[in-house]
Amino acid sequence: MSSEIKQILTTDGIPLEVSLKKAEKKNKIKAFLLVAPLLLFLIITYVFPIGEMFSRSIDDKMITNMLPKTFKEMENWDGKELPSEEVFTAFYYDFKVLVEKQEHGKLGQRLNKEKNGFNSITKKLFRQVKRKKIDESISIKEQVMKVHKRWRNVEYWQAIKRTAPPYTLAKYLKGMDMYYGADGSITQVDEDRRIHRILWLRTLEIAFFVTLFCFLMGYPIAHLLATLPMKYSNLLMICVLLPFWTSLLVRTASWMILLQQQGVVNDFFVMIGLVSDDNRPEMMYNKVGTYVAMTQILLPFMVLPLYSVMKTISPSLMRAGKSLGGTPFVAFWKVYFPLTIPGIGAGCLLVFILAIGYYITPALVGGASGTLISNQIAFHMKQTLDWSFASAMGLMLLTGVLVIYWIYNKLVGVDNIKLG
Amino acid sequence: MALPSYTETRYRIWHYIYIGICTFVFFFLIAPLFVIFPLSFNAEEFLVFSEGMKNLDPDAFSLRWYKDMIYGTKNPWGLAAKNSFVIAIFATIGSIILGTLAALGLSSRHMPYKGIIMATLISPMIVPLIISGVAIFFFMAKVGLAATHTGIVLAHIILGTPFVVITVTATLSGFDHSVTRAASSLGSNPVNTFMKITLPLILPGVISGGLFAFVTSFDEVVVVLFLAGLENTTIPIQMWTGLREQLSPTILAVATCLIILSTLILISAELLRRRSERLRGINR
Repeated sequence: MSSEIKQILTTDGIPLEVSLKKAEKKNKIKAFLLVAPLLLFLIITYVFPIGEMFSRSIDDKMITNMLPKTFKEMENWDGKELPSEEVFTAFYYDFKVLVEKQEHGKLGQRLNKEKNGFNSITKKLFRQVKRKKIDESISIKEQVMKVHKRWRNVEYWQAIKRTAPPYTLAKYLKGMDMYYGADGSITQVDEDRRIHRILWLRTLEIAFFVTLFCFLMGYPIAHLLATLPMKYSNLLMICVLLPFWTSLLVRTASWMILLQQQGVVNDFFVMIGLVSDDNRPEMMYNKVGTYVAMTQILLPFMVLPLYSVMKTISPSLMRAGKSLGGTPFVAFWKVYFPLTIPGIGAGCLLVFILAIGYYITPALVGGASGTLISNQIAFHMKQTLDWSFASAMGLMLLTGVLVIYWIYNKLVGVDNIKLG
Repeated sequence: MALPSYTETRYRIWHYIYIGICTFVFFFLIAPLFVIFPLSFNAEEFLVFSEGMKNLDPDAFSLRWYKDMIYGTKNPWGLAAKNSFVIAIFATIGSIILGTLAALGLSSRHMPYKGIIMATLISPMIVPLIISGVAIFFFMAKVGLAATHTGIVLAHIILGTPFVVITVTATLSGFDHSVTRAASSLGSNPVNTFMKITLPLILPGVISGGLFAFVTSFDEVVVVLFLAGLENTTIPIQMWTGLREQLSPTILAVATCLIILSTLILISAELLRRRSERLRGINR
C-alpha cells in the first residue's frame, strides 16, 4: 500500500511526499524570515542587555584583577591564622602596582564594603609605600604588620580572601537585607536596617490591594457595559477608554491637584462636614495617594479584559438559571460568575504585573511611605550609581514578573491579549 | 435597564445600589481629567480653585498659562514638543514595519516555535519599564547612542512593537487567506499581493497598532529619563520635572492640550476598530 503512495509523482517527476515536505519547509522559512527582523532587533537591543544586567549584577572582577598575586598565594593559606610571609609579600607587590596606577583608593573602598576599617589602613599603607619606607630586602610581613594593628588582625585577611572569586551574589543578598558574615556564612542585617525587605513587602502589598480595588470597581462596570444596549454602552465605554489613552503624567498630575491639602477632595470633605477646615488630612505623599491614583490609572486594564469575556456570555444563561428556580443571586453566583473567571484571571494578572513594576505614580504621589521597589532601582541607577545593585534588584523583580507572565500565558495565552 | 414590574423590593434595592456603584466608578474614572480644564485657565498662580473661579467671575480666568506655554522661556516646551513628535513619528514607523512583518509571519500556520517567539516579542510590554529602562540604557551606552534621538527612537520601537504585533495578529485572525491565494493564482507576485490585497484589508489593525505605538512613545518617560540628555528633552520629561519641582499651571495648560490630543486619538482608534470589524465581517 505504502509503496503505491510513494509512486505518486509530481509533474517534475519528484515523489509527491518529498515535494510536499519541501514546500512545507519553504513556507516555514518564509514565515520565519518575516519574524526574523523584529526578533533579531529585540534580541540584540533588549534580550542581551537584560542578560548583561545579570553578568553586571554578579560581577566582582575588579578586585580579582587588582590583587592577582595575592589571591594566587592565598590559595595555599588555610584562612585560620595570619597568612604567611609569601601572602604579605604578594599583597605588598600588588599594592605597589595599584599605587603606581593610583587605584589604591578604589581598593580601599571595595574592601571597606567587605569589612569596615579597611579604608583607613589602606591609606596608612599607601603613605608608607609612597614614601618608600618599606625595605624590600627584609621581611615585608613584619613591616606591613607595623603599619597598623589591623594588618595583624586575621579577620581583615579573611575579608580579602572572601573577595577572591570573580563572581559574587552579595548584591542579591543585599537586596534581601542579608550579607556574607565574617566566616562567609549568610547573615541577616540588624532588624532596624532591613529597608529592602520592607520595600519588597510594600510593593507586593500595594500591587495586591490595587489589583483587589481594581477588581471590585471594575467588575460591576464591566458587567454594566456588557449588558447595556450598544448605544448606551458605547458612550460609557468612553469613560473607560479616555483615561486609558490619556498620558500617565496627566492623570497623575490631576490626582496631585485633587488630593493636595487645599485640593478638591479635601474641599468636598470639609463641605460635607467630614473633617474640619483646619484639620485637613494629608492624602498625598503617602500610601493613600498611591492607592487612589494607581487604582484609577490601572482600572481600564481590568475593565477591558473583563468586558471582552462578559460580552460573550449569552444573557439567556442567566434567564435559564432563574427559570430553573434560582434567585437572581444564585443564578449570578452559580452561572454567570464562573463564566467570567477567565476574564478575572486575565484582568487581575495584567493589573498585578503592571502595578508591581510601577514607578512614575509612586514617585510623584507616594512620598516616603508610598515608594516601591522600582523607585529604589531608579535611585541606585541615578543617585548612588551602584549599577550592579540596581541590576540585581531589577532581575529579582523581573523573576517575579516572569513567573506571573508565565502563569498568564498558561491561563490566558499572550496571543489573547486584547487592546481597546 | 428598566426592571420588570414583578421584581421584588429587595432586588429592586440591590439594583439601585448596583447602579449607584457603577455611577461612582465611572465618575472616579473620568472626573479627575476634568479638574485640569478649569484650573488651566486660572488667572492666579495656585493650583486651587480661587474664590473668583467658584463664583464664575470672568476676571478669575485667563489664558496666561497657555501664553506661557508657547512663549515662556523657563520651560522649553517648544523644543520638547518638537522632540516628542519627531521621536514618536519615527518610532511609530519603525514599530509598524517591524511589527506588521512579524505579525504576518506569526499568523502563518507554518510558523515554528510560535508560542515562545510570541512571548518574546510581547515581553517589552510585560517587563516593568524600569527594568527595560536599565537594560536599554546599558545597551545604548555601550554602542554610543545614549543621549541621542536615534537611541530614544530605537528604545521606543522596542516598547511600541508589541502593540502592533498584538493588533495586527488580531486582525489577521479573521483574515480569509483564500483571497491571497486567488491573487496568486491570477498571476500576482507576493509583493503585489501584499500591497494590493492584504495590506488594505489589515490596514485598520496596522493603524490602530500604530496609534498605540505613537501614544506609547509620546507618553513614555521612564526609559527616556535614562536615555535623554538636555537636547533630547520631551514633553513627558518636562512634565515629570515640573511635577517634581515647581508645580505651575503651565503644566495644566500642557496637560489640557494632551487630553485633547488623546481624545482625538481615541476617536480615531474607535472608528478604525469599527471599520476593521466591518471589513472582517464581524457584525454585532
